[in-house]
Amino acid sequence: MALDEFRSNTRDWLEANCPAEMRTPMGEDDICWGGHTFVFRSPAQKHWLKVMADKGWTVPAWPKAYGGGGLSGNEQKVLAEEMQRINARPPLQSFGIWMLGPALLQFGSEAQKCHYLPQIARGEIRWCQGYSEPGAGSDLAGLQTKGVDTGAYFEVTGQKIWTSYADQADWIFCLVRTEPDEKKHTGISFLLFDMQSEGVSTKPIKLISGASPFCETFFDAVKVPKDQIVGGRGQGWTIAKYLLTHEREMIGASDSALFAKSDLTEDAVAAIGLDETGRLDDPMLRAELGQFLVDEMCFDAHLEMTGAYMRAGHELGARSAELKYLGTELNKRRQSLRVVAGGSDDLVWEGTANDAGQVTKDWLRSKANTIEGGTSEVMLSILSKAVLKLPG
Amino acid sequence: MELLNEDQQLIADSATGFLRASHSITAFRALREAGDTANMAIRSELGEMGWMGIVVPEELGGLGLGYRAAGLIAEELGRNLTVSPFLSSAILAGTALASTGGAVAQNWAAKLAVGEAVLALAVDETAKHRPKRIATSVTGGADDLRLNGRKTYVVDGGFADRLIVTAKQGNDLCLLLIDPQAAGVTLMSQVMLDSRNAATVVFEDVAVREADVLAQGQAADTALSKTLAAGRAVVAAEQLGVAKAAADQTYDYLRTRKQFGVHIGQFQALQHRAADLYCALAQVSSLIATALNALDDDSADMETLTRAAKAKMARVGRQATEEGVQMHGGIGMTDEMDLGLFMKRDRALTEFLGDAGHHTEWILRQRGI
Repeated sequence: MALDEFRSNTRDWLEANCPAEMRTPMGEDDICWGGHTFVFRSPAQKHWLKVMADKGWTVPAWPKAYGGGGLSGNEQKVLAEEMQRINARPPLQSFGIWMLGPALLQFGSEAQKCHYLPQIARGEIRWCQGYSEPGAGSDLAGLQTKGVDTGAYFEVTGQKIWTSYADQADWIFCLVRTEPDEKKHTGISFLLFDMQSEGVSTKPIKLISGASPFCETFFDAVKVPKDQIVGGRGQGWTIAKYLLTHEREMIGASDSALFAKSDLTEDAVAAIGLDETGRLDDPMLRAELGQFLVDEMCFDAHLEMTGAYMRAGHELGARSAELKYLGTELNKRRQSLRVVAGGSDDLVWEGTANDAGQVTKDWLRSKANTIEGGTSEVMLSILSKAVLKLPG
Repeated sequence: MELLNEDQQLIADSATGFLRASHSITAFRALREAGDTANMAIRSELGEMGWMGIVVPEELGGLGLGYRAAGLIAEELGRNLTVSPFLSSAILAGTALASTGGAVAQNWAAKLAVGEAVLALAVDETAKHRPKRIATSVTGGADDLRLNGRKTYVVDGGFADRLIVTAKQGNDLCLLLIDPQAAGVTLMSQVMLDSRNAATVVFEDVAVREADVLAQGQAADTALSKTLAAGRAVVAAEQLGVAKAAADQTYDYLRTRKQFGVHIGQFQALQHRAADLYCALAQVSSLIATALNALDDDSADMETLTRAAKAKMARVGRQATEEGVQMHGGIGMTDEMDLGLFMKRDRALTEFLGDAGHHTEWILRQRGI
C-alpha cells in the first residue's frame, strides 16, 4: 500500500476510533500501564487500549503473528505523526513494550515469543526489570543474585534494587548468576518469573520527589521453571546489553513522553516579566535560556536525523549511549531552568496551589535521568571505548 | 549518521578525494609560508568541477545542486584548511546573484560559476557582525548615484573582481555591485589570523551605475536575508570540518601518547572529555545538515535553523579546538602541530557572519523574551 493511502486510512481510522477523552494532554497518573491489577481511569481509556491492541498498534513495529502491527519504519512514522496530529495518547506504555519485547524478539524461543509477546501487546501482563543490586549499580555485571540449578528449577535467592514499579508488576525479567564458576560476564542468565511466586517480596523506596516509583525486591528461594530462561545459560549479559541499548534509545528519545514539555520561555515571562526593552527581566536566566533553546533545537534535529537513519535500516548500536547522554543531560537542564523561572511560587510543596508543586517534583525526578539506565559517566566510558576506540 | 542522496554522496566522495590529494593542510602551510591568501590555482579546478556554481541554478550556468551538497564540500574544505573563494564567491555572492536576478547579476553569476571571477560580500561595518547597522549610503538621482561609507571584514575582498555592497538609500536597503578598481574606492587588503584574506574598504563618492544596483527595498531585504542564511549554514559546515579534524587528531593522540607507562587514552578524565566532544560534534552535525536542508527546501524555519546552527557550532568549535590543544599538552602549543591552525580558523569562522551571542539573541527576541 502506498504511504499516502496508509496515511489517509490511518487518519480516518483514528478519527473514528480514538475517544475524545484520549485526545487531551496527559499527566503521569493518566498513563495506561496495563497488567492484572491496573485500574482504568475511565471507560474511554479501556476502550482505547482494546481497539489499538486489536489493530496491533500498541506495538506497531512487531510482527502481526505476535500481536504487533507489522508496520514498516515509514508506516510507524506516519502512525506516530497522525496520532500526534490529534494529540492521541499512547494507549499503553510498559517495560514489556520498551525492553522485554525487543529482547524476546531477538533471543526468545518461538514458544516464548508466542506466549509472552501477545500478552505484552494487549497489556495483560505488567513487567518489571530486575537488574541493579545494592552492590551492583554501574558495575551491573558484578551482580550476585544466585540461581541454583536444583534439577527441576532454578532456585533464585538475592536482592534487587531500583526495580521500577515492582510492587505493581505481575512478572519480572531478571538477571541472575546461574554459573558461579564462570567469569563475571558469562555466568549470568536471563530469567522470567511470576512476582506472585513464593519467596518474592517488594518494598517501595521513597525518593527526594516524595514519590516511590522504585522498589527493593527480595527473592528467598524462589522456584523458577527451567523453560523460563531466555537464550542459553550464561547468555544473560549479552541479552542485558542488547536490552539496555533499547532502554537508552527510549530514555534519550522520549524525554517528551516522560515529561510535559511546557513552554519554558512563556513560563519565564509569566513569572518574571519583561524589562523596558522587552527582554526578560533576569539577564542571567535569559542567557541560559538562550543557550538552552539552541541546544534543544540541536538535539531535536539530531533525534530526527537518527530516526531517519534507523528507519533506513541502520543499527545504532553503542551510539544509543550518545542519545541517552545528550537527551538526559538536556532534560535535567530544562527542569532546572523551569524551577528557576518559577521562583518562590514553585517552592510550594503541598496543597492545591501550583498543582501541589508538580514542577518542583518533576525537577527532582529528573535528577535520576542521568543515573538510571546507566549513568552519564558510564555512557561516556562506553562511547570512548566502543566508538572512539580509546585504550583500556 | 546522515542519509545522502546519490548526487550528494558523489559530491562528498569527490570532495574528500580531491582535497586530501591536492589541497591538504600541507598545501595550506606552503601558502601560509609564501604569504599567499589568494590560492589562484584552485579557482579553475573548483570551476571545472562545478563547485563554484554549486548553488547557482543550471539556467544561469551553475550546477544547482543546492546547499546540502555545498555543506559537504565546505566541511571537507574545513578539514583540510583549504584556502579557496568557495565561501565568499560560490556561496555568498552566488546566492546573492541568484536571488536578485537581472542581466548584470546573470552575467556575473555565469562567470563566477566557472571560476572566472571572484566576488566578495561587504556587509559588516563594525567589529561584530551587525548587518542591519548600515551607515554606508547611496545618494543622488538615477543618473548620478554616489556611494559613501566603510566596510570591514570583507572576506576575500583583497582580490575580488567585484564587491557586493550593502548600503542605505534613505530607509531602503540596496545591494550594489562595485568594482574595487573604481575611482573613490580604497581597499586595505589584510592577512587574518587564519592566513586568509579579508579587506577593509572605504567608499568616497564612488559613482554607481543604475544597472549595478542589484536590488533595492523589499527585494534587497529578501535577497540579503537568504544570502546571510546560506552563508551561516555553510560557514558552520566548514567550521564543523575544522572541529572534526581537530577532534580526530586528538583521539589519535590519546591512542598513541604514553605517560606514566600507559596510553593517556586510558585515563578516564580524558576519555570522558573526548566522548563528550564526540557527542557534541555528532549532534551539531545533525543541526547543520537540517539547516542546509531547510535552505534547499526554502522552508519557513530556515532563518531560525541557520542561526541556531551557527550559534551552536561556535560553541562546539571552541570546545573541539580548546580541548584539542589541552589534551595534546605542550606539543599542542607548537606550530608544528595542526591544532593551532584549527584554532585560528575556528576563531575566524565564529566571527564571520555572527557569533553565538548574536544569533542566540535573535532567537530569544523571536521567542518574545
